[in-house]
Amino acid sequence: MQAAKDTKRPRRTGIIAAILRIPAVQTILASLMCVLAGLLIGYIVLLFINPQGAGESIINVIKNFFTWKRPQQQLKQFGNTLAKTIPLIMCSLSILFSYKVGLFNIGTAGQYVAGACASLYAALAWGWSWLPCMLFALVAGALLGAIVGALKVYCNVNEVISGIMLNWIALYTTNTILTEVKEKASPYTMYFKDVNNKGALLPNLGLDKLFNNNSYVTIAVPLCLIIAIAITIILSKTRFGYELKATGNNKNAAKYAGMAENRNIILTLMISGALAGLGASMLYQTGYMRWECTMSSVPAMGFNGIAAAFLGGLNPIGAIFSSFFIQHITDGGQYVNTNFYSSQISDVISSIIIYLCGFVLFIKLTMNRAIARSKEKKEAKK
Amino acid sequence: MQKEKAGEYAIEMLHITKRFPGIIANDDVTIQLRHGEIHALLGENGAGKSTLMSVLFGLYKPEEGTILKDGVEVKINNPNDANALGIGMVHQHFKLVECFTVLDNIILGVEPTSRFGMLSKGEARKRVLELSDKYGLQVDPDAKISDITVGMQQRTEILKMLYRDNDILIFDEPTAVLTPQEIQELMQIMRNLSAEGKSILFISHKLAEIMAVADRCSVLRKGKYIGTVNTKDVTMEELSAMMVGRNVNFHVEKAPANPGEVVLEVKNLTVASKAHSNNAVKNVSFNVRRGEIVCIAGIDGNGQSELVYALTGLEPIVHGTIKMDGKDITKASIRSRSKNGMSHIPEDRHKHGLVLDYSLEYNLVLQTYFESRFTDRIGFLRRKNIRSYSNGLIDQFDIRSGQGAVTAARSMSGGNQQKAIIAREIDRQPEVLVAVQPTRGLDVGAIEYIHKQLVAQRDAGKAVLLVSLEMDEVLDVSDRILVMYEGEIVGELDPKKTNPEEMGLYMAGAKRGTV
Repeated sequence: MQAAKDTKRPRRTGIIAAILRIPAVQTILASLMCVLAGLLIGYIVLLFINPQGAGESIINVIKNFFTWKRPQQQLKQFGNTLAKTIPLIMCSLSILFSYKVGLFNIGTAGQYVAGACASLYAALAWGWSWLPCMLFALVAGALLGAIVGALKVYCNVNEVISGIMLNWIALYTTNTILTEVKEKASPYTMYFKDVNNKGALLPNLGLDKLFNNNSYVTIAVPLCLIIAIAITIILSKTRFGYELKATGNNKNAAKYAGMAENRNIILTLMISGALAGLGASMLYQTGYMRWECTMSSVPAMGFNGIAAAFLGGLNPIGAIFSSFFIQHITDGGQYVNTNFYSSQISDVISSIIIYLCGFVLFIKLTMNRAIARSKEKKEAKK
Repeated sequence: MQKEKAGEYAIEMLHITKRFPGIIANDDVTIQLRHGEIHALLGENGAGKSTLMSVLFGLYKPEEGTILKDGVEVKINNPNDANALGIGMVHQHFKLVECFTVLDNIILGVEPTSRFGMLSKGEARKRVLELSDKYGLQVDPDAKISDITVGMQQRTEILKMLYRDNDILIFDEPTAVLTPQEIQELMQIMRNLSAEGKSILFISHKLAEIMAVADRCSVLRKGKYIGTVNTKDVTMEELSAMMVGRNVNFHVEKAPANPGEVVLEVKNLTVASKAHSNNAVKNVSFNVRRGEIVCIAGIDGNGQSELVYALTGLEPIVHGTIKMDGKDITKASIRSRSKNGMSHIPEDRHKHGLVLDYSLEYNLVLQTYFESRFTDRIGFLRRKNIRSYSNGLIDQFDIRSGQGAVTAARSMSGGNQQKAIIAREIDRQPEVLVAVQPTRGLDVGAIEYIHKQLVAQRDAGKAVLLVSLEMDEVLDVSDRILVMYEGEIVGELDPKKTNPEEMGLYMAGAKRGTV
């Protein structure tokens, strides 16, 4: 009996260790650990401020739209979260695509703004219909990305520096341009119906019916999923992806192999920018939000994209789930009990969780070290 | 008195075992260093020499074994402990501050200060000069490190140890960067040091040097301790057999060269330097013919790397022309040079040669992935073809790895990484093969193999340009030697008629010929 136990145990730990060594499993585990740590710290913060409502509030954050009692309401709110998840997915795709090439495109935030500017202005001032508006946003984002890329290639300017600068330039330029199409009484841009251009709204394809007539659920949802899959394929199965990843992993080897690394850098940042720009049009053309022309900070979407990209293990499909989660808890923040907490607390909680999401790579590294160490110990025992 | 009691050994490392995941770097190794002796530590790359020294330095903690200093067991947990015990080391890559003077470097970390925390260098200068007199270590204490020769930098490192009153001195492959003349001087210095009672551990894989300077020699092979011998009692062949575990053919077997027409023609080539304002390559002209191996010899940093970068298109040139098969390729892109028949085995396989995070198969098509056999018309990779092509190369060149074609290049051994690069570059059927230090850091078996491949390429009628820092390799493999010194080709030698001493004079700039 004793002997049987002894022979069994090492085998089981062996299987667990083997499973733990699969990279995908590691990523998912690390992501879950980050999420749990974030929720825990959020809970502790709530406890500190006011222990009374902490438990209920943190559960509400997790529940998000499930906080509503009626299933119909839940569906509608679910649709809202989904509508805002789409641009976040696009931003995280933008981040991870450039990251695969070894570039940290922090300019995603600005490229997102440029996309918003282009799509809204084309829709409101020129009365374009939805598809041209979308493509215009894509071009605007790509153009901004190209500037970052060209500065990097020809002037050796770090993409992070130029990206941050361009974020501000994009923001204030957008504020200036969109002021022309804003409502007289408010800082917000007009509704599409105000200029008789409902055609600029993205078509619903009947998806709104699935979400209790939530008109914000549009063609953007399937389109975004298709783009995520396309990016997966490009990166893993094509010559272009082969070149991009080679450049990202080892720029010198890419040059040695005669790859056009400069062209690849610019192209990557253009695609990255295009994704962000497209993402903006996928939100603003649903009519869910309007641009606030007095905004003095870049929308958080581009930055949250960084967290989403890392939480998703830098995998396009992973980014879909991580983006949804981040948007989910961001929205869930509004269900924190305001009797006990000031309304800003929702942002604090969700940003703590998002912050910890960035630790995925760190946790993966720690896990690998721990595995190696236990293996070393085991071998030493032998 | 104390010393007498302590017995004959200055340092003893007894039954040291150090394991890393998946490998036993030191397996029950015992080294005993006598007072005042020069003790060589011989072994191939990966034999465990560096690990053993890191254990002695407190950088690694061994699983088993003890270290005795003067017969007393000591615990060395970090380099400071080692320093306190009088153990000093000259690393293979010097640890000097380039923009400091020699004196500043010597006192670095043990700066003499006055009461108010100001540096007082007068005393230090006196001691340094005394020491350099005593041991014949000529240095200029006020020269900047960046301005002095490699030999003098090494002497600075030695003075650093002496200044700290170290009496156990470790030299980690000290001759790799020196000219033959400087090597002679170094050996004299080592003899002086041991005559003054310093104990020296001399790490090397160059047999001739060990025979010349060491009293005793301990041999490691694949982490295991093979034995310790008196160098007087053994021959070089015996030592080498101990090191490799079999008899090795030192000389490359090859028929006389049969050169044909000129394939690579370089005229008045000048290349700028990245490090300083001078040109790294100055007005160099030479050519390489079909069926011969031309070797660029010289000490590291005399413009060889820049010359290769210019030939292969990695760096722009200042002026000059490069022709391949009669076609001017001076301004051609890297890709077009490679398509037109230039293969390049790069100097640094991790920097240029491989994408370490890619699989072996992806690395094997690094130069050809765009060809129609590997990419279809829409731009998708033909992964089946890549797999079968890679498996072919893996068989043909005997590239060993954990999981075959899908092994991450990073996890392969250095020798097999190099084999992969060589397989890739040779299989492209080049007109010109540029091989830069193709055997660097490899063990004797792999070196033998690579030399055979180079000769086979020559015999197949290719033009081979070999750049090497290893004197033996230059003399054994090449059909014609061009010596580079400070960016110029200062001599053309016939390997059958020259000898290491003559080559050394050219390499050190003491002699010049007409080319």
